[in-house]
Amino acid sequence: MVRAFSLGVMLFGVWLLLSGHYTPLLLGFGVGSSILVVLIAMRMDVVDHEGVPLYLGPRVLAYIPWLLLEILRANIIVARIILHPALPISPIMVHFQASQKTDLGRAIYANSITLTPGTITTGVEGSELEIHALTWADVDGREEDEMDRRVTRLEQGI
Amino acid sequence: MYVAAAAGIILSMVLAMLRALLGPTVYDRVLALNMFGTKTVLLIAVLGFLDGRPDFLDLAIVYALINFIGTIAVLKLFEVGDLGRASDPGEGSA
Amino acid sequence: MELVLDILSWAAIVGGLFFMVVGAVGVLRMPDVYTRLHAAGMTDTMGAGLILIGLTLQAGPTLVAVRLMLVWAFLLFTNPISTHALARAALSGGVRPFRVDMKGEQP
Repeated sequence: MVRAFSLGVMLFGVWLLLSGHYTPLLLGFGVGSSILVVLIAMRMDVVDHEGVPLYLGPRVLAYIPWLLLEILRANIIVARIILHPALPISPIMVHFQASQKTDLGRAIYANSITLTPGTITTGVEGSELEIHALTWADVDGREEDEMDRRVTRLEQGI
Repeated sequence: MYVAAAAGIILSMVLAMLRALLGPTVYDRVLALNMFGTKTVLLIAVLGFLDGRPDFLDLAIVYALINFIGTIAVLKLFEVGDLGRASDPGEGSA
Repeated sequence: MELVLDILSWAAIVGGLFFMVVGAVGVLRMPDVYTRLHAAGMTDTMGAGLILIGLTLQAGPTLVAVRLMLVWAFLLFTNPISTHALARAALSGGVRPFRVDMKGEQP
């Protein structure tokens, strides 16, 4: 119930940000459509710990800036590879062991890997991730281990 | 200056379109189309600023949504051959 | 202050255009679909991100800025999903990765 209520509040917040018109009629439409979406989501049975991951809380706000910096660094590396006249790539497929317990944690880890250019998650089986990388240096383990640790911390809520 | 930004975006759209025309596999074309869609979102946003009408941003949000759903739908059609079925009946039941 | 914001925002937009054009060039230069995905990811994350940040700095603290950041958040959420779906579809469609040194077993 807490989840459903907070989902509704979040949806209404997005409505307020997107509409920009604050008359009683339009605010009423906003409340109505938020409630309708929450009811549909409850009927679809997606209002659970995965659909509305409230327990992640403010730790996400600490993770996102780190991820953005990592993305910037990886982008510069890939840009240099593309602009290099000889195109020095050596594609490789590797398998990683993810240390997250829940599916949500694994999904965050896999998507973070895909978001940083140079590495793509091509498959997930249990806790094993299959990763396609542009060069050897992209998967030498240092960044991935740190990302793995950070996502696990994010998931467990320490 | 916004004109220069729009021109840069259109240049990279042309490059993406070139890849879509060259192929060679159907996945390259889907990839190019997805990129083209992202650049369209940005072009709409920049044109909104160029025109002094930031309301265009709502169109950009809707375009980003449609681009994503369209890409997923096309890929699912290739993989399963049908938009109605689940791609993996064993996993999707939970 | 106005001038500083202007310079920052145009620097961000020019940087975004740079990453976007380089990503598009990469998509043309790379040898197969998996390596092209890396280049495409570059335009979607950094290219789009820097351009939207630049536009946000131009917009100032208004609802427009919130919407621009919402567009970026949306792109960051959807891009890995479509990239992953594309890579998986290509793998199951039988496209062999270009010159891959297999470390473990064959995919």
